[in-house]
Amino acid sequence: MDQEPLFRFDAVTVEGSAGTRLREVTLDVPASGITTLVGPSGSGKSTLLRLCNRLEVPTRGRVSYRGRELSAFDPLELRRQVGMVFQRPVLFAGTVRDNLAEADGDADIRRLTDALERAALDGSFLDRPANELSGGEAQRVCLARTLIADPDVLVMDEPTSSLDGQAVSRLEQLGRRLADDGIPIVWVTHDLGQVGRIADRTAILMNGSLRFVGGRGELPADGDPALMRFLEGADAD
Amino acid sequence: MPTDTEFLAGDVDFVGLAASLVMVVVALILSRWNRLGIEQSIGVAVARALVQLLGIGAVLAFILDPDRSLALSWAWVVVMVFFAAVVLSRRAGEVPGLFPIGLAAFVAAAIVTLGVIFGLGIFPLEARALVPLAGMMIGNSMNATVVVARRVVEELRDKRDEVEARLALGHSSRRASLPYVRSAIRTALTPQVETTKGVGLVFLPGAMTGLILAGVDPVDAVKVQAAIMFLILGSVATTTTVVGFGAASRLFTPDHRLVALERPAGT
Repeated sequence: MDQEPLFRFDAVTVEGSAGTRLREVTLDVPASGITTLVGPSGSGKSTLLRLCNRLEVPTRGRVSYRGRELSAFDPLELRRQVGMVFQRPVLFAGTVRDNLAEADGDADIRRLTDALERAALDGSFLDRPANELSGGEAQRVCLARTLIADPDVLVMDEPTSSLDGQAVSRLEQLGRRLADDGIPIVWVTHDLGQVGRIADRTAILMNGSLRFVGGRGELPADGDPALMRFLEGADAD
Repeated sequence: MPTDTEFLAGDVDFVGLAASLVMVVVALILSRWNRLGIEQSIGVAVARALVQLLGIGAVLAFILDPDRSLALSWAWVVVMVFFAAVVLSRRAGEVPGLFPIGLAAFVAAAIVTLGVIFGLGIFPLEARALVPLAGMMIGNSMNATVVVARRVVEELRDKRDEVEARLALGHSSRRASLPYVRSAIRTALTPQVETTKGVGLVFLPGAMTGLILAGVDPVDAVKVQAAIMFLILGSVATTTTVVGFGAASRLFTPDHRLVALERPAGT
């Protein structure tokens, strides 16, 4: 990789009360396109993602962002640069406008509308009560709320897992458009079909360990039985 | 039979005290009749109450002796504040390091409420006012502080997704926890507000009843009671605010991450 990596995980281990969640993971995430982190439930992919904006910290090892160790960043500033979209759309009480204001209370109507449009919504949503949105709309409002802060990178934790087919397709298209516009994305998924549709690069985790790293369209042809079972769709979640 | 004068002086002799145990017998009979199985518990409660009250009566008689220095009363207040913080940190053990926060809360409440009560001359600064007022202030605030500390933990644990969504937007831990701390303080403060609303209509509070029994003019008793209720309201508001924000601060790391909050077993 010629370009400086976006994130560099160097022998990262994360231990929790329930055991080791990541073991000695070493991985470079490129500073462009969509990188998918793939693995079955409990494989450590969400933990790896949460390390990117310091919602988690490694027990051992180091994580760097654009060449600088994460612990050297002000965590609040880092989280505005590394925007996060969660698995379940979490909207706060009030209207869509209220939700966007949580990210930037000073944003004017043009910026609010622009953020909504980047998430394939329009200005008419601003005064809609947040609790009346569909799952797909709610997730796109969450994306718009993250985009208000003009993040340098997006990290998305299974953002389509609670959405239906059409909403999944729309969010994948949005992700592709944002990546093509220069916002690199780290996208966690356990859906191998989704990997085929969106991934420019893929890392597969099993039981907290990194098992495979490959480019677009690449998946391991052989490996241990657990990995093969996952790739055959028998242990997807 | 006591004379009217003895009655109005609130002078219940030991025979009268023993006679009041008839009501305990009523409770015991009802417990047996309803097969509640709490007769022993009632007996222990009554015995403990008698021993504790007679004990504290002897201590108060010593402290409130007009010949004693007021410093002794202040020392008693300090001891009460210390033990209130100990009890809070034990009863809300899920919040780490709560003792110094409790101590700060009760000290702040004492400064604010006793400062107003004595600074503005609402009551004279003497032992017989200082000790019972501080006791009521601390006693009534203690339950509210336990409630607010536990509610903060429950709110942040149950709404972890929302809190982390706020943190991910770059909010500080204080800002991210603010809606949930507010909710916890509201929950803890509401019973005292409701009590204040209902006073005189729904119930007659203890201090006022005691003063009337002791022969004080009811209007004077009401004025004393009102001042005490406002003292308690101010104290509960102060302590729950300090403990609410203090407890929340203990549940985040210095780099603004919410710590793991385990759900109690069986829930």
